Amino acid sequence: MRLAPILGRRLLGAAALIAAVLLLNFILIHLAPGDPALTIAGGMGGVTEEILRDIRRAYGLDAPLHSQLLLYTERMLSGDLGRSLFYNAPVLDLILERLGPTVLLVLTAMSVALALGTFLGVLASRRPGGVVAHFVTGVTLAGYSAPAFWVGILLLLVFSAAIPLFPVSGMYDVRADGAGLPRALDVAHHLVLPAITLAIVFLAQYSRIARASMLDVLGADYIRTARAKGLSDRAVLYRHALRNAALPVVTLAGLQFGNMLSGAVLVETVFNWPGLGLLAFESILRRDHPTVLGILFFATAMVVVANLLTDIAYRIVDPRIRAGTAATGRPR
Amino acid sequence: MHDTLMHPPAPRPPRARPARFPATSVPRSFARATIFCLALAALAAPTSATEPGRGGTLVVAGGAGLRHLNPAVQSGAHTGLGVQLFAGLVRVDDGFRPRPYLAERWEISGDGLSYAFHLVPDARFHDGTPITAEDVAFSLAVVKEHHPFGIAMFDAVERVDTPDPHTAVIRLSRPHPALMQSLVPLLMPVIPKHVFGDGRDPKTHPMNAAPVGSGPFRFKEWARGRHVILERNEDFFIEGRPFLDRIVVKFFNLPSVRMLALEKGEVDYYPFAGVRFRDVASIADNPDLRVSTGGYEALGPVNYVEFNLRKPPFDDLRVRRAVAYAIDQDFLVNTLHGGLPRPGYGPLHHSSPFHADGLNRYAVDLERAATLLDEAGYEPDADGVRLRVVLDYPPFHADSLGTGANYIKSQLKKVGVAVRLRAPADLPSWAQRIGSWDYQFTMNSHWTYPDPVIGVHRIYLCGNIRKTIWSNTQGYCNERVDALLGEAGSTLDVARRKALYGEFQRIVSEELPLYFINEEPYVTVSHRTVMDPPETVWGAMQPLDRLWLDR
Repeated sequence: MRLAPILGRRLLGAAALIAAVLLLNFILIHLAPGDPALTIAGGMGGVTEEILRDIRRAYGLDAPLHSQLLLYTERMLSGDLGRSLFYNAPVLDLILERLGPTVLLVLTAMSVALALGTFLGVLASRRPGGVVAHFVTGVTLAGYSAPAFWVGILLLLVFSAAIPLFPVSGMYDVRADGAGLPRALDVAHHLVLPAITLAIVFLAQYSRIARASMLDVLGADYIRTARAKGLSDRAVLYRHALRNAALPVVTLAGLQFGNMLSGAVLVETVFNWPGLGLLAFESILRRDHPTVLGILFFATAMVVVANLLTDIAYRIVDPRIRAGTAATGRPR
Repeated sequence: MHDTLMHPPAPRPPRARPARFPATSVPRSFARATIFCLALAALAAPTSATEPGRGGTLVVAGGAGLRHLNPAVQSGAHTGLGVQLFAGLVRVDDGFRPRPYLAERWEISGDGLSYAFHLVPDARFHDGTPITAEDVAFSLAVVKEHHPFGIAMFDAVERVDTPDPHTAVIRLSRPHPALMQSLVPLLMPVIPKHVFGDGRDPKTHPMNAAPVGSGPFRFKEWARGRHVILERNEDFFIEGRPFLDRIVVKFFNLPSVRMLALEKGEVDYYPFAGVRFRDVASIADNPDLRVSTGGYEALGPVNYVEFNLRKPPFDDLRVRRAVAYAIDQDFLVNTLHGGLPRPGYGPLHHSSPFHADGLNRYAVDLERAATLLDEAGYEPDADGVRLRVVLDYPPFHADSLGTGANYIKSQLKKVGVAVRLRAPADLPSWAQRIGSWDYQFTMNSHWTYPDPVIGVHRIYLCGNIRKTIWSNTQGYCNERVDALLGEAGSTLDVARRKALYGEFQRIVSEELPLYFINEEPYVTVSHRTVMDPPETVWGAMQPLDRLWLDR
């Protein structure tokens, strides 16, 4: 089956999905209690009614909701995400400032979770009822059950306070004027704890999927054939079984991207990591509607794109789907 | 013309940390430990015994609520940063006496209607433009029109004359006792007319995010939500100041993480530290840190229970008094709050020269509270409940207001009042509820500022019953109070003002539109290497040009 028509249909669907999510977000956020003008006034230390009226007029908050929605739609169609009510700065600028750190955090965490989760899954699949399998299950289940917020604080207390290996907060040392490699190393040093915190939550899912998938594959005829040929256990596991068992894990990774983004909100808040999650958290508390809507738009777009790429990826990777037998051939 | 200090000639009592604890309190072990640690910290307070060292970067922990950097059009805790960027005409000492700053001297006319300020001749903005009297006149006009307290501070200003580039004469329509206190950098920063006078709205001016200032530090970078970087102003008009090369304000969302960053040396200075009262003693145990509750008398934060006077049951004075008699303030302050805050008995902060003694303290008396409720017609039902009410509380000042609300709930239950606590989802939700008068009673707090004209009148004047937070939201109106405040706000006679404010406080403490519980102590935590941190009446909201690092 040709990729182009499928891609076209998927893109259309993605655009419709984004539009629906935006509409829903707009309505939900305006239904939430709390007046943005009063929040701005609170930030100013209290105001007179005249100043409050000025604020409402300046930010278009005095218009009826349907007019605000119309204006918002027009702006979005022309690529304008509006101005932050709080910072009085373009929302797009605010988001672009924060996008890099979030993408760095999420991709690092995802890589760690994917690599470590798969490894642990393979480890556990070698002897399903063994001590290692039970240990892996216990550890990953604990990581999955613990809230990211709590894990983050715990890691901070252990690896920043008690054993001062890693910095407490931020993305780099604000006292240093570093650039280039020293700054990159500094960022990497600051990234360790937040990335591990975020990875731990998703580790369990990857390891469980990898374990189940491996057990499935290890029972297949071609694995028996490989063993019969006298291949080493390691070669059978990593060269033959893992390649086939990895497909569901890759699929899960694509679908987990959205969950990673939402997990990043908590992790960024704990570690003061200056990403989109932290901006979202702050903007919700400030009733900064344009910024929240802008972030939701970006997050929706990223999730939709990630899913689309996953879809395309396993069409390319799995010949059965390319051949049009997706109904029965999709990896489990 | 003659030099006159507009505040009472008698300076306020000198600040000493242990003295902030009520002398009559009977502190329990925690409070004793706290006092002991703070006393030790006070003894070890860094001073300028040695020659201040130049250079270094001070990392300050800040909250994430900074909207912009122009204090001319906003107020509140996040305004302090603007004080480093902008100079004011004067600053004040520990006795609230005005001292020269951008104005090297001034004269006040005998009738108190004309103030002539002579500017430091070679003072320049950060872009090199000379600071002139025109800038002073422009700044005052902007503050008067756009600052939340602009009218309270400068309504009496008729015009500002500029006879020469270095002389600004403020002409008043009536005597204004709070004028000098309103000219400090936090309240009336001198902003450049050539930047902000381009006709755009100063509240949303793009240069608010990257201002050209006049203060000891110049703007370098603002990564929103991350940090602000300020650099030493090499051309500052005070020779040899500031001592620091750089200030980095790093923003945090979680106070606990902020505290950990301070303990690990990632942060040097943490004003308005969001630490629980019970944690103060343990922080003081850390030999690398210094903790203080000194300063901030100019903010004068007071915490209270605010009654919505528009509807039953709190439109009835007997019910309000019953609430007051049900609360054991000694227990609240000394046991629940560990003796750290000072109890509050009236609308003025204890450090105000107009603070009155002998106000009704409503010593706890549950029988009397029950009798008052009986008289008001609230008899107990079969379950012993007379009244069901909802008490709101805001998310800030968690110890005083959050814990306080829980305590009040338990006390009122003893007199048959069933209280449902309504925890705020966040500040905007609470502010909207109170600002739209949609509440029964609420915990609340406001800053009284250095003169009642600026921070206190707004809460009680009939004309300020508004649907905005931190105005007269309770709907209190008493013509006598209006008259007292009106006269106290337009006379320079200190003794007369004291008498007027004395009567005002007595009326308010009898009529109880608000029941005061305590004065919020602002905790400052700094590293031992931070020398001469400001513990003045404005605390960290004053220029940090004297602060230095001993590294």
